[in-house]
Amino acid sequence: MTFIELYALLPLICLAATPVAALAAIAVSRDHAVVTLVTLIGLGLSFFGLCAVRPLVPMQITPLVVMDGYTLFFVGLILITTAAVALLSYQYLERREGHPEEYYPLLLFAALGACVVAASNHFASFFVGLETLGVSLYALIAYQRAAPRGIEAGIKYLILAATADAILLFGMALIYAKSGSLEFSETATSLAGDYSGLEMAGLALLVSGIAFKLSLVPFHMWTPDVYEGAPAPITGFISTVSKGAVFALLLRYFGEVPAQDFSSVAFCFSAIALASMLAGNLLALLQDNVKRMLAYSSIAHLGYLLVAFLAQRELAVTAVAYYFVAYFLSILGAFGVVGILSGSEGEAEDIKDYQGLIWRRPWIGAVFVTMLLSLAGIPLTAGFVGKFYVLWAGVDSSLWMLVLVLIGTSVIGLFYYLRLIAAMFGSPEAPREELRGRRAGFEAAAAVLGVLTILVIWLGVYPSPLIELIRRSAALSGF
Amino acid sequence: MDLASLPLLSLVVFIPLVAAVILLFVGRAYETLMRTIALVSMLLDLAASAAAYYFFDASSAAMQLTEYHVWVPTWGISYKLGIDGISLFLVLLTGLLGPIVILASWEDIKYRVKEFLISLLALQTGMMGVFVSLDLFLFYVFWEVMLIPMYLLIGVWGNPARKLYAAIKFVLYTVVGSLLMLVAILALYLMAGSASGEYTFDLLKLYDFPVPIYAQLWMFLAFFLAFAIKVPMFPFHTWLPDAHTEAPTVGSVVLAAVLLKMGTYGFIRFAIPLFPNAAIDSTWWIMVLALIGIIYGAWVAMVQVDVKRLVAFSSVSHLGFVMLGMFAFNVRGVEGSILQMINHGLSTGALFLIVGIIYERRHTRLIEDYGGISKVMPIFAVFFMIFTLSSIGLPGLNGFVGEFLILLGTFEVYPWFAVLAATGVIFAAVYMLWMFQRVMFGELTNPKNVGLKDLSYREIVVLAPLVVFVVWIGVYPDTFLKPMEPSVKQFLKQVEVKKAAVLDQENGKKLSALDLAAQSHSRRAVNDR
Repeated sequence: MTFIELYALLPLICLAATPVAALAAIAVSRDHAVVTLVTLIGLGLSFFGLCAVRPLVPMQITPLVVMDGYTLFFVGLILITTAAVALLSYQYLERREGHPEEYYPLLLFAALGACVVAASNHFASFFVGLETLGVSLYALIAYQRAAPRGIEAGIKYLILAATADAILLFGMALIYAKSGSLEFSETATSLAGDYSGLEMAGLALLVSGIAFKLSLVPFHMWTPDVYEGAPAPITGFISTVSKGAVFALLLRYFGEVPAQDFSSVAFCFSAIALASMLAGNLLALLQDNVKRMLAYSSIAHLGYLLVAFLAQRELAVTAVAYYFVAYFLSILGAFGVVGILSGSEGEAEDIKDYQGLIWRRPWIGAVFVTMLLSLAGIPLTAGFVGKFYVLWAGVDSSLWMLVLVLIGTSVIGLFYYLRLIAAMFGSPEAPREELRGRRAGFEAAAAVLGVLTILVIWLGVYPSPLIELIRRSAALSGF
Repeated sequence: MDLASLPLLSLVVFIPLVAAVILLFVGRAYETLMRTIALVSMLLDLAASAAAYYFFDASSAAMQLTEYHVWVPTWGISYKLGIDGISLFLVLLTGLLGPIVILASWEDIKYRVKEFLISLLALQTGMMGVFVSLDLFLFYVFWEVMLIPMYLLIGVWGNPARKLYAAIKFVLYTVVGSLLMLVAILALYLMAGSASGEYTFDLLKLYDFPVPIYAQLWMFLAFFLAFAIKVPMFPFHTWLPDAHTEAPTVGSVVLAAVLLKMGTYGFIRFAIPLFPNAAIDSTWWIMVLALIGIIYGAWVAMVQVDVKRLVAFSSVSHLGFVMLGMFAFNVRGVEGSILQMINHGLSTGALFLIVGIIYERRHTRLIEDYGGISKVMPIFAVFFMIFTLSSIGLPGLNGFVGEFLILLGTFEVYPWFAVLAATGVIFAAVYMLWMFQRVMFGELTNPKNVGLKDLSYREIVVLAPLVVFVVWIGVYPDTFLKPMEPSVKQFLKQVEVKKAAVLDQENGKKLSALDLAAQSHSRRAVNDR
């Protein structure tokens, strides 16, 4: 590895050093604010590193990691999201029992894992990244040891994710057995479009493992429970960073190995997309718990993304990237609101907690309405442009069946978002616990929500700069 | 200052929105101040649309007062506005109703005034935007965004019992249609783009693109569904009575007067000129649906016990006329159709105001609770009578001109349809006059009605401008028909030309296919030899 290659890894190195620094800071003194500050500085440096290495890309660094425009884009997204999650977590943890400090190193490790996944084009780095992400998440989900539901969610995620990882590994092994390589590009050349028996089985197992991480139907069973049990900011983290990184990998792998051009593979993905859109939206209809509702809706959103994934290559990459940005912003905002409204015991998750929110706390209510409208894909929000892009990709590749189901299920989706919005505009009732009081970090969380809202609207009104950025990133990665 | 150099249409669209933003920062306690700001901005908006009328060249069929800015260059999306003789009066109608609804809600709405006014102002921006956009993407944005304020108007200030049901039904119905339309827009965009090399959502450029017939059918169907739900045509009308009945008075007024027109306007501006072959091929079906709407709407209106529901069903019937005239595809029919859009906006909007006025006093909408009201409210009775007669289509008032032109236009192509539609006029007289008689005439049987106050000055100011236009259109419709004529003629010509172009293209393809077949045949014959 030359120096220049090492230099190109600067963002990842900074990110890896940050949790160590944070742990050292904890060892010196347990101070929540200091740890948060270290975390933010580390993320900032790492982001700065991204800008510094930008002229060098694309670059393959060892067979394991590739730094190209696409990697930079997703790593940047992950870093920003992690910073937002950290800021949103501060006030959430402030009002809870226990030590909040170790939360941040775990969060950083998870982010590091996600970045490695997004940068990998080798099965080994993919798996290492995935495990770093996963193991940190087990701890983060169950971070509140006093809450039985948190523990339950953590254990559930642990067992199911471990099973999924085993399946994934087995899939990799089968592909390796046939191709003799763990590099994505080499598995592609040795497979050379010949899919039969072993590699088909390997591919199927691989897709199952990935679908589990993306909580696509029929591998979605864990989603509502984990979403419900995890702390609200972590729920936001799981549905954005964890899924985004894995989806980035999915795009990269199937960019190298264009297996989806085969009718049987394409059929499988179409079936998964259809099932996810339908099941996600229909099950979300039945939920009275906001976090569970958002969990099912996230299943549906990943289904929409698969529609774009199945479209023609170049359009698929840009559409997915745009949709992800929109989805990241909106879902993070939504869980941020849930976190800000949560009391010291229990979270604001029942739909009744949101009754009359817009009259009780107009600004937070307005933020939540904006986020929900963006998730529903109403114009002038980023979510609409994302959905528009996905539909475009679908229409362009004549995926009529998928497009029609997307439309039909979007209408169902609108119904449950409207149900929540209707509750917010309803007449106010006394909530279980009124959280008027200022608490440490409230301003930071409110500022994050404000920025997210402005971005959601700005990207909905004026999407050009982001489109350009995505196109340039895609051009730098040879897609 | 030179008025003509101002971006008039942008002003028309965004003045209300600016006022809405200002209202965000006004304290909740200053209700009168907020109402005044809203009223002034709506009056300015009306002034801006009047200025647009002043600068409008009535002899030209071209898009006028156009504005063009690049919006999303990579996708060929632009901010392009313009009006012609078709949209001009819809803009004026929307502008006229703006201050009227603010005034009408002055004492009616006492709950969450600030948010109410913001919703109304945002709605005004959305509606104006729909009528002046000349870019499909821009149009879609306005079309869809407008749902949110309307949803809130029904869902927050509606009738407590069933407001959420009505509001959600309204949104879901609209969204089903409009998402399909979005897919059709995308398909059109991609098809035209790959054919011409220029990817654009510019409506005027897409007008010139001959869409192959097989694709036209599907795209027209998608547009048809979106607009037919909005109009609403039978059998997509079931959201309308609920939305109307549950909405607050001004919500119903805006819904009837302007929102429904967006559907009919959509047909004339988008669906028909973009896909003329499919539109003309499906004329018969659409006319049958329109006819069913006319007669069914009238029959159902007849048996209603609730005044507001009755007026709502009369809308279904009236908009059937609008569709009928439009699909006659001749100058009279189309002109009548556009005029009838305005007429319906004026008279049905006014009728909802009337219903709102007595509802505010008595808190019931049931016909049986009234009777003999004309004795206690004579001024009210005069206004009510005028609007009732205008809705029926009494000669000398506006409704007559529109319906007459439509029937004339329809008679030229489908005489029997005109005959059947004419029965709708008779039924309209039956249900309206019968309702009027039961509410206004007879003995004052219900003691609660004895002390009702007559109209206040504010209410007279609300209703008077509508009376002026009702009479004006009835007596001298030329003011309104003249500026329409060039655009309507252009519209019909454009439909003809494009239809022929598409047919030529199809024939050309068939011919070249035949040629190819013949060539390969002869080649094979040579080879065989």
